Amino acid sequence: MAEVLFFLAAIGAVAGAIGVVALRNPFFSVLALVSHLVSLAALFLLLQAEFVAAAQVVVYAGAVMVLYVFVVAYVGGADEPLGPQAGRGLRIVAAAFGAMLFVELVVALLGTGLKAVDSNGPVVQAGFGSAQQIGELLLTKFLLPFEIASFLLLIAAVGAVVLARRRGGLTAEEDQARYSAMDMLRPAYTGTMAEGVGRRAIRPSPPALQVGTDDPAAEQEDRAEQEDRAEQEDRAEQEDRAEQEDRAEQEDRAE
Amino acid sequence: MDIGWYLTVSALIFTIGAAGVLTRRSPLVVLLCLELMLNAANLALIAFARMHGNAEGQIFAIIVLVVAACEVTVGLGVIVAMRRRRLPIDVDELRELQG
Repeated sequence: MAEVLFFLAAIGAVAGAIGVVALRNPFFSVLALVSHLVSLAALFLLLQAEFVAAAQVVVYAGAVMVLYVFVVAYVGGADEPLGPQAGRGLRIVAAAFGAMLFVELVVALLGTGLKAVDSNGPVVQAGFGSAQQIGELLLTKFLLPFEIASFLLLIAAVGAVVLARRRGGLTAEEDQARYSAMDMLRPAYTGTMAEGVGRRAIRPSPPALQVGTDDPAAEQEDRAEQEDRAEQEDRAEQEDRAEQEDRAEQEDRAE
Repeated sequence: MDIGWYLTVSALIFTIGAAGVLTRRSPLVVLLCLELMLNAANLALIAFARMHGNAEGQIFAIIVLVVAACEVTVGLGVIVAMRRRRLPIDVDELRELQG
């Protein structure tokens, strides 16, 4: 029975892997990876790693793959020509390299001096690989790696937000000169209604910092207009002030 | 089943992933192939854990799972940033870092 299950799961896993590499559309590649992950979880179960199998299905096939599907939908998973542009020679070399790697790995694995490779492994007690045992290990012997992993996740989340946020992140060189540290922390209109309705900042800011239309040329024109208007207002104010002063002087003299 | 069979499957999946990284040009698919390679390593780790009857190998696999999730997050963030800057989504054309 275990043999049948193993071969079913192994064929599923390998077929899924081939699907990931060979399918043209990234969207179908992602779906192939999902089937691969589920088959792999079955293999984990056969190896009595219940908790890892469950985590694999929930975290990978659930969360990470949904993220992938979103990004494929956003980037527009256009069909990618599988071949010729990069040169046929390179592909043949890559396939040869892959075959070589496989032969090498199998020789290393099966020719190893480890006798237990040819066995089913020792008989284990009932709780092997259960959530209880894994939790105990994580919170006692492997506490430090566990904490480091949590920090790593936090850093990765912050990094992804910084990389992919609407403005900032990767900008052109000339824009970066205009950044101050406070701009990176919090642009002036963050959390305002103006941002909510997609209006631009009142204060002129570097183009990458602006919410709004996707067309950079239009944005530049808008900004130029805003600056012009501000200059005109300034000039008008100065004239007003000058007039008032003149009038005051005349009144003084009249007195 | 012998542990050797699991290790063979793991080697096969790793090889397929490596070949995919070498041949595909879309960074999305390259990331997927990296996932394949990490999963193959996971399978080997769990097989060895079973071989020794020791669950510590499974902790390794879980940590690898976490690292893979981080790698995916940052990688997808980079792809979204590439899309925002209208760069070609093609690893062959992005060679500014080649020096």
